[in-house]
Amino acid sequence: MTSLEDKFEESKKLGLQIVKESEEDRLMTLSIGPQHPGSGHFRFTIKVDGDYIVYCDPDPGYVHRGEEKMCEYRNVIQNIPHLERPVIHDSNNITYSYSLAVEELVGIQVPRRGQYIRALASELNRQVYTLYWLAIYGIFLGHSTMFMWPTGDRELFIDLLEALTGARVTHAFNIPGGVRNDVPDGFKDRCLRQLRYFQKRLKEYEDIFYNMPLFRQRTEGVGVLSKEDAVRLGVTGSVVRASGIPYDIRKAEPYDIYNEIDFKVQYMKSCDCFARSYVPFLDMQESCHIIEQLLDKMPQSGEVRAKLQPNPKGPPGEAYRRVESGRGALGYYIVSDGTPKPYRVKISVGSFRNMLALPYLLVGQKLADMPAVYWSLNYWPVEADR
Amino acid sequence: MATYPQNFRFGEFVGSLIWLIFWILIIVTLVGLPLIFIVLFYVPLPPVGDQVLTPYLFLTMVVDPSRTIPIIQNLMTTDLFRVAMFPGFSYAALIAALTIFIERKFLAKMQLRIGPLYAGKIEGIFQLIADGLKLIAKEIIVPSGADKPMFWAAPIMFVSTAAGVVALIPVAPGYVVANIDVGLLAVFAILGFFPLIALLFSWASNSKYPFIGGLRALHQMIAFEIPFILSALSVVILSGTLNLTGIVDSQINSYWFIFFLPISAFVFYISSLAELERIPFDLPEAESEIVAGWLTETSGMIYGLLQLGSYVKTYALAALFVVLFLGGWAGPMIFPEHIQTPIINIGPLYNQQAANGTLWFTLKTFGMIMLMLLPRGISPRIRIDILLHTGWYKMIVLSFINIFVSLALIYGGILGPGGLLVR
Repeated sequence: MTSLEDKFEESKKLGLQIVKESEEDRLMTLSIGPQHPGSGHFRFTIKVDGDYIVYCDPDPGYVHRGEEKMCEYRNVIQNIPHLERPVIHDSNNITYSYSLAVEELVGIQVPRRGQYIRALASELNRQVYTLYWLAIYGIFLGHSTMFMWPTGDRELFIDLLEALTGARVTHAFNIPGGVRNDVPDGFKDRCLRQLRYFQKRLKEYEDIFYNMPLFRQRTEGVGVLSKEDAVRLGVTGSVVRASGIPYDIRKAEPYDIYNEIDFKVQYMKSCDCFARSYVPFLDMQESCHIIEQLLDKMPQSGEVRAKLQPNPKGPPGEAYRRVESGRGALGYYIVSDGTPKPYRVKISVGSFRNMLALPYLLVGQKLADMPAVYWSLNYWPVEADR
Repeated sequence: MATYPQNFRFGEFVGSLIWLIFWILIIVTLVGLPLIFIVLFYVPLPPVGDQVLTPYLFLTMVVDPSRTIPIIQNLMTTDLFRVAMFPGFSYAALIAALTIFIERKFLAKMQLRIGPLYAGKIEGIFQLIADGLKLIAKEIIVPSGADKPMFWAAPIMFVSTAAGVVALIPVAPGYVVANIDVGLLAVFAILGFFPLIALLFSWASNSKYPFIGGLRALHQMIAFEIPFILSALSVVILSGTLNLTGIVDSQINSYWFIFFLPISAFVFYISSLAELERIPFDLPEAESEIVAGWLTETSGMIYGLLQLGSYVKTYALAALFVVLFLGGWAGPMIFPEHIQTPIINIGPLYNQQAANGTLWFTLKTFGMIMLMLLPRGISPRIRIDILLHTGWYKMIVLSFINIFVSLALIYGGILGPGGLLVR
C-alpha cells in the first residue's frame, strides 16, 4: 500500500506532478465550476498537462449560508426548518442528529413508536438522496437513461414521504422529542408495494448501468483511494466503505432503534470509482430490507412525540450526536448555556470530509475521469458549505 | 402511449386548420397572384420544355393543372432538381428533420418520459419548427478575440460538406446527383474535411474548452478513419468497383454484402458512430468534462446549422451503410407498372423503378438511423484512451479479417466475375 507521500513521489517520477517553472506554459488551467455543467455549486481549478491532471485546488464556499450562526438566534424548535436547507434531498437525516443532540441536552425520552417512524422516514429519505446522486452520476458519465430512470423512481419515495410528512422535500419532520405526525392509514401496504416495484427496478439499473462494459472500463481502477489513505484523510460514508472499511454509524454507534434491526454493512475492497459508485447502490438494497423490518416491528399504537415545554431548554452543557446520512457521518455539536437558544452549534458533515480527498485522487488521472472521480466521492456542495 | 394535452379538442384543431387555410387563400389572392402577374408581364422567361412560358400559358395552367405535367417532367430531368430536391439536399434535410423528431420521441420512450408534447398539438410534431424559429430569433454572439471569418464560415462549411456526401449517394436507379467512377473514394475524401472544420472552428472560438474539444474531435475522427476505409475496402474487393451504383448493382446480382462481411459491417457501424460524434463516442461534446466541447461558443443559428449538418451527416452515413452492405434500393417490387390518376393524370411523372427503389432505400436508411440512435439510450461515454485503443488496434484488426474473407471469396470463385453465387 502506498502512502500519500509515496504517491506524490511516484507522480513526480512520472513527470506529472512536478513541472519546472520554465515549462509551466505547457499547462492549461481549467476552471471547473461554479457555472460548469460538471461541477454543481462548487469550483475547483485544475491544471492539465496534455490529458493528465497535474494539479487540483478545490474552492468551496459558493453557497455558504451561515447555518451555524443562524442557529444562535433561534430557539431549538425554530432551528429545524432552516437546518434542513443544506440537503433538501436528505432533510430527515440532517435534522435527525440535531434532534438527538437536543434531546440529550434537554433530557427527553422519545416514545418507541416515534423512534420507529423517525428511522423509517430517515431510510426513505436516504433512498431519495441516493437515487438523485445516482442520476447525476449517470449523466456525468454521459448515460442519459441512468439520469431519467432514478429521477423517475425517486418519485415513489417522494410520494411516500409526502403521505407521511405532508411535504415532498424539506419535511421538517424530525423535531426534538419525536416526529411531527403519525403514520397515515394504509401506509404500510403502500410502502411495501412500492418497495417491491423498486427492488425490481434496482435489478434493471444493474443491467443497464453497472454491468455495462463501457461503464466498467471507465470506472474500474480509476481514482484508487487505498485503505490507509482513506483512514488518514478521514473520509466517511460510502467512500470509506468502498475502500474496504465496513464502517457505518448505524452499526458502530447505534442510535434509537437501529440495534434492533438486522442489516449488513455493505463494503467493497476494490477502492476504485466503481466501488464508490456501487456501494451506494448496495446501500439502497440494504435500505429496502431495513424499511421492511421497520414496518414489521413498529408498535401498532402509541405516542409519536414526547411532550415539550414551549421553549425547551436544559441545563448548561454540551452534546455531540451523529447519524449515518446519505453521505456519511453527520454530527451536531451543540453547546447550551441554559437559555432556550443554543450558545454554539457546529455541524460536521460527510460531504466536506469526502471533498478533501478530491485533490489526492484527481492528480495523475485523465481529464475525462474528472467527473467520474469527483461525483463518486458522494459530495453535496451545498451541504459542505453549510 | 398516446399523450395529448389536457385541453385538446379535435374540433378546435380542425377549426384552427380551416382558419389557416382561409387566411392563406385570402393572402394568395390579394398579394400572391398580382405579384406573379407582374413578374410574368415584365420579366422575360426562358422556354420551358418546348414551350415559352407566357402569361396566357400560365393562366391555362391555373385553370387546367394537368398542363403543368410536361413542364414538371422537364424540370425533373434538370440538374437543379437533382441537387436541390430529390436525391439532393431537400430529401436529406427532410430525413434529417424526421430523424431529430424520431430521436427525441424514441429516446423519451426508452427513458420512461413523454418527449415533445405541446408544439403542433399532437405528440409535438412541430417541435422542430418551434426550435428552428427560436434558433433563428436568437442573437448570434461572436466571442471577442475570435477569428471572425473562420467563426462565420465554419458552420456553412460544415453543412455544405455534409451535403457534399449526400450528393454521391444513389437513392434509386439513375437517381444520383454525381454518378462518378470513384464514388466511394470521393465520399472518404469529403469526410476527411470534418475534423479539419471542427479543429478550425474550435481554434477560431479562442476559448479553452472548444480547443480541447476540437483536439479530441481530430484525434477521434483520424483514429476511426482507417478502419472506416478498410471496412469499405472489402466491399470494393467483392464488387470490383468504386462506383456506388455499381456496388448496389453487384449486390442485386448476387446477395447483400452484409451476409458475407458481417464484421466489416460492424466495424463500419462503429466507425460511423465515432465519425458522427454520437454517444458512446461523443467525447468532443462531453458535457460534464468540457462544457459543450467544440460547440461551446456557438449560439443561435450557428449552433442550428452545425446541428443540421450533423444530422444530414447521420443520414449520409446511414445511407452509405445501406448502399455498401444492405443492397441499396434492392427489394421486392410492390408498385404497379403504370398508374392512372383521375382528373390530373400524373402517369408521365411516374417511374416504377424509381418509386420502388426510393421506398426500400428510405425504409432501410431509417432502420439504420434507428440503430445509430439506439446507443444513446443504453451507453455511457467512453474515455479517450479507450477510444484510441479501440480505433487504432481492435477495429483495424477486425477490418483486416474481413479483407481476407473477401479475398478468399473472390479467389475461391464464389463471388466476382462468373462466381458461384452470382446470378
